[in-house]
Order: sequence, then C-alpha cells, then structure tokens
Amino acid sequence: MSLIAARRLELRYGARRVLHDIDFDIERGEIVTIVGPNGSGKTSFLRALLGVIKPSRGRVLRAAGLKVGYVPQRLHIDPGLPIPVSRFLSLPVPASKSAMTEVLEQVGVGDVLKQNMATLSGGQFQRVLLARALLTRPDILMLDEPTSGLDQPGVASFYRLIEDVRRETGCAVLSVSHDLHVVMSASDRVICINGHICCEGAPHVVRAAPEYRALFGLGTGGALALYQHDHDHDHNHDHDGAPHA
Amino acid sequence: MTTITTITTIMTGHRMLDDFLTRALLAGLAVALATGPLGCFVVWRRMAYFGDATSHAAILGVALALAFQISIFIGTLLVALVMAMIVSTLAGRGWAMDTTLGVLAHTGLALGLVAVSFLPAVRVDLTAYLFGDILAVSRFDLAVIAGGATLVFGLILWRWSALLTTTLSEDLAHASGINPARERMMLTLALAIVVAVALKIVGALLIAALLIIPAAAARNLARSPEQMAVVAIVIGGVSVWGGLQLSLFQDTPSGPSIVVFAALIFGLSTVGAALVQRLRTN
Repeated sequence: MSLIAARRLELRYGARRVLHDIDFDIERGEIVTIVGPNGSGKTSFLRALLGVIKPSRGRVLRAAGLKVGYVPQRLHIDPGLPIPVSRFLSLPVPASKSAMTEVLEQVGVGDVLKQNMATLSGGQFQRVLLARALLTRPDILMLDEPTSGLDQPGVASFYRLIEDVRRETGCAVLSVSHDLHVVMSASDRVICINGHICCEGAPHVVRAAPEYRALFGLGTGGALALYQHDHDHDHNHDHDGAPHA
Repeated sequence: MTTITTITTIMTGHRMLDDFLTRALLAGLAVALATGPLGCFVVWRRMAYFGDATSHAAILGVALALAFQISIFIGTLLVALVMAMIVSTLAGRGWAMDTTLGVLAHTGLALGLVAVSFLPAVRVDLTAYLFGDILAVSRFDLAVIAGGATLVFGLILWRWSALLTTTLSEDLAHASGINPARERMMLTLALAIVVAVALKIVGALLIAALLIIPAAAARNLARSPEQMAVVAIVIGGVSVWGGLQLSLFQDTPSGPSIVVFAALIFGLSTVGAALVQRLRTN
C-alpha cells in the first residue's frame, strides 16, 4: 500500500474551491514533485496531506504509523525566542547529541549545533530544517518550496542532498516547488497542479505535455529554456511560481 | 481532625502565615511561578494584547460575581475564559488581531465598570481589583493563588515541548503529531487561571505587565527557551520582593511597585545585554 494517498480530494477556503478531484499516491522511496503556478493550490495540497487542512470532500489516507518529516517553506522564529540549533533539533522528540551532530554533518552544516537559530544564514537554516525532519527517520519527507531564498548553486546542492538522503535512507520525498529545472530532473514523477491535476508522469513526459506548456507558457525548449528564460531578466524578482510572461 | 490541626500547627509554627507581609510575599512568588513561563509564551506568540483583553474583562467578572454573589475567583475565571475563547474564535476573521483585542479589552473593562455601578447599596471599591491589593491577601486567598499558580505551572511543564513546537510552527507541530488547536487551548486556559488568581495581587490593569515584563527582561539574559522561562520566574520573584519592600518603606501602592521593580530589572538587563554585546564585538 502507498504511504499517503488522496481520493477524490476537494479543498475549500470558505466558498472558494482551491482543489478538486485529486487522486494521488506516493510509494516508498519515490521522489515526487508538485509544480504549479501561484495560487494553484499546491501548498494547500501538501498541507491537506499533512492533516493541517481538513478536506471538504474526499479522503486522505496514511499508512499506519507513518512518520512524516516536514520542511516548511519558511519558518519565522520570533526574535523574542532564543533557541539554539541543538534545542530546535530535539523538538518535540529528544535527540542525542551524537545523532544531532551526525545528521547536521549529513546535510552539510556540521558546525552549527551550538549556534542560535537566529544567527544562521538562509542556506544553513533550510539545512537545519531538513536535519530536524531527518532526525526522526521519516518514511516520507515533505518539502514545501524548501529552496525559496537560496541562490541557484544553493538550490542545486540542496536537491543533490535530497537525492543522497533518498538513496541512503530509502524514504519517499514529496516536494512542492517552483525550481522547475532542477526539481524536474531529480524527480521520478512530476505532478502539475492548477486547481486539479493537469498532467502527471515522468519529468520528460510532463515537460512535453501541452497542459504543462499552457500553464508555464513555454515554447519548444522545455525545462532548459525555462531555466535560461528565468535568468534573462533582472535578478531582483521574487522567483516565485512561473516565470513572468 | 487532629491531623489537620497538627499540619496547621506545623505550618504556623512561628505563626508565619499570620504575618500579612509573609502571605503577600508567598502569594506574589506563587504568581511569579506561573507568570514566568506563561509570560514567555505571551511574548513568543505576540499575545501581549491577549493578556490585556483577558485581564480587563476580568473586571466584568468581578461585577458579575458581586451581582450574583458567587466567588470573585470563579466569576473572573469564567469571564476570562469566555473572553479568551471569543478572542481565539475571532482571530483571523477580517480584523487585525490587535484591533479585535482592543475592541474586546476596552469593552470588557467598560462593561465591567458600568455593571458595577448598577450594583445595589454596596458602592464597591474597584480600585482593589484594578490595581490589586497584595497586602490584603488572606490565608484562603493564598491557598487559591498557590493552587491556581501551581496548576498553571504544572500544565505548562507537562505540555512544554508540544507548546514550544506549536509556537515555532503549527505546521511543524502537525507533522510531529501534535494538535496545535489543543495546545492553544491549553495556553488560553492557563491565561484565564492566571488572570483569575493574580487579580487580587496586581489587579486587572497590571496583570499583563507581570506577564510580559519579566519574560522580556529574561530574553536579554537567556540563551534557550528553558533558561528564559526560569529566569523570568526569578525576575518575577525578585520584583515581588522588591516591590513589597518599596511599598512597605515608601508607602507606595504594592501592585504598581512590583511592576515598577520589574521594569527596573528590564531596563538593567537591556543595558547590560547591550554592553556585553558591545564588549564582544570590540
């Protein structure tokens, strides 16, 4: 049986229907990426799978005893709350110092254990979030745009890290992303969402699908063109969602 | 019966609790035990106004308790709970949080003051409930305060990890199998209890101060959430002691004196932290 599944899922915020008719499965060890424009409901979908949002129709099924490692898009820690990395990592499940050091080294920030969370750089912070998610030895990692705020080399190395983790631990990885070019090459399966599932399949299949191209306004160049297009204009834009038309 | 007498004799061996000052100090320390950690959550979760709203509404509780001749503790506890529930429900329904709380806090206080004026015969002296009167704490009051404060302290200690995770991120809490709504409810409940027991000591207008100032001062000195909670308790306790001394020797009102003392510590810790920072960077 799959780790998490959704059946005819529908989500509403008040009268507004955000998602409908979502059927979804993810298997052990699979890397699945959800892409979609802003407001397409991709983050809501992830939150519904987490159990934060209750579906207005349909069901979310989870394997019994499923352990989820969740990495949020961003985490704001109030400046009034002093919290060292070591404390953050052992919340709410206490972790041994050796386990914490090991996982921090695994994600490439071996020396931050004693630092305060507030003193970390953006890249270090995301890696610590990932380390916390990994500490519980999850069956599935759920990542919500984990690389927003990272520069291009940072994004690339972050996803290499995710692939390593999958190889070493065998956990499934479900991520929501707008870093299409990197993500797509690293995924087993891509699901393109815009209120419903527009298309899904292996990266090269989705890349070629007319629905995907309609959403992301691509010519014939596929993901590489998207990448280059993304870099054609100024670097101050927000990198959020689809490239500007 | 004999046992109780024996215990009472032991407790009052030196007729300790007969002394109004000792009772005041013990009551104040008990409240500091609860407001320290709870105040940290109020600071971390930016609920400062939440404390205001709940404590101001407590005046309405006092009026209702006097009108229906029930215990003032019960009256304030109920109204504080109802207020906290209303605030939780209204949160995120169109108005900014501070607007909602501002409306509710001042409505609660005004409604309470108006309600009291309707009470027959007794012209109630509300000053005691607005500013507290720690020196008038009776043995029974002390028992209620100590019981309530211990309950709140225990509640926070028990839920500490879950509360802290929820404070950091409700989504992270969800992913870890914690129900954030339940943890929020715990804090709401704890706040209502603290308001109800602390009303007698610092009064409705200053309860929020006792929640926020020691925690804020502790922030300057702490390096972890746990340290901050413990330091907040200590600062709260020292403030109670200092405020009482001030009140005793200068004949100042006790509740405000405690808060002034806490503010003094806040000032010192802020300056101290800034100096340490400067020394480190130089």
